[in-house]
Amino acid sequence: MMDFLAMGGYARFVWPAYGVAVLMLMGMAAVSLRSWRRRQRLWSEISATRRR
Amino acid sequence: MHRFANPARFMRLSERLMPWCAAGAVVFLAAGFYLALFVAPPDYQQGEAVRIMFVHVPAAWMASFVYLLMAVASAVALIWRHPLADLAAQAAAPLGAGFTLVCLVSGSLWGQPMWGTWWVWDARLTSVLVLFFLYLGYIALVHAFDDPSRGARAGAVLALVGAVNLPIIKFSVDWWSTLHQPASVFRIGGPTIDRAMLAPLLVMAVGFMLYFASLLMLRIRTAILESRLRAARLGEAEIAAETVAGPAQ
Repeated sequence: MMDFLAMGGYARFVWPAYGVAVLMLMGMAAVSLRSWRRRQRLWSEISATRRR
Repeated sequence: MHRFANPARFMRLSERLMPWCAAGAVVFLAAGFYLALFVAPPDYQQGEAVRIMFVHVPAAWMASFVYLLMAVASAVALIWRHPLADLAAQAAAPLGAGFTLVCLVSGSLWGQPMWGTWWVWDARLTSVLVLFFLYLGYIALVHAFDDPSRGARAGAVLALVGAVNLPIIKFSVDWWSTLHQPASVFRIGGPTIDRAMLAPLLVMAVGFMLYFASLLMLRIRTAILESRLRAARLGEAEIAAETVAGPAQ
C-alpha cells in the first residue's frame, strides 16, 4: 500500500496531476448540475403561477 | 442536422440520450482510473511517473476537440443563424477551458521530473497556453455585451479566428524542434505506444469523451430552459404593463 502511494518516488507529481483531473471532472459536473436544477425549479414555479 | 437543431426536439432527444452517456462516462472513467493506476505497467525509463500520461493525454485531446466543436458550431451560428449553435458553443467553452487547464497542470507536473523544468516556451506548450487564453477570451467576450445576440456573434468570430491555433497545436511537434515529444497515438504508421499502455489510455479517453457529451447536453438544456424562462418573464412583464396602462392599441 505504501509502495503504491509512493509511486516509485514520483508521488508528489503523480497524485497532484490526478487530483487536478478529478477535481475538474467533479467540479464541472457539480456546477453544471446546480445551474440546471436552479432553472428547473424556477420553471416549475412559473408554470405553477401560470396555471392559477 | 437541421432536424436536430430544433430546441424542442433537442430537449426530447437529449433527455433520452443523456442518462446513457452519463452512465457510460462513470463506467469508463472508473475503469480508466483503475487501469491507469493499478494495471498499466511502469515505464522502463519514466517509472511510475508515466501514469500522469493517462490524465494528461485525454485532457489534451479533449482540449483541442472541444475547441474544434466550438469553432464548427460558431461557423454554423454565423452562416445559418441556428438557434442551437451559439448555445452549443457557449455550453462547450467552460468545459474546454477545464480540459486545457488539466492538460497544462498535469503536463507541468510531468515536465518537472522528466525534463527538469515545470515549463518551457516551446511551440507545443505555448500554443496550448494560447488555446487556454482563447477559451477564457471567448467566455469573457460573450458576456461583455448587454445584448446576448451581439455577444454571441462576437464570440463566434473569435472562436473561428482562433481555430488557426488548432493545426499549430497538432503539428507544432513536427514543425519546430520542441521539448515535447511528437505524436505517438494519432500518427501515420499507427501508434508507437505499447498496447499495455494504449488500452488504459483509450478507455480513459472514451470516458472523457462521454463525460463531455453528457455535460454538453446538460448545459445546452440549461441554456434552452434559461431562454424559455426569459421569454416567460418578458411575457409576464407585458401582461403587468397592460393591466397598469390598459391594453396597447
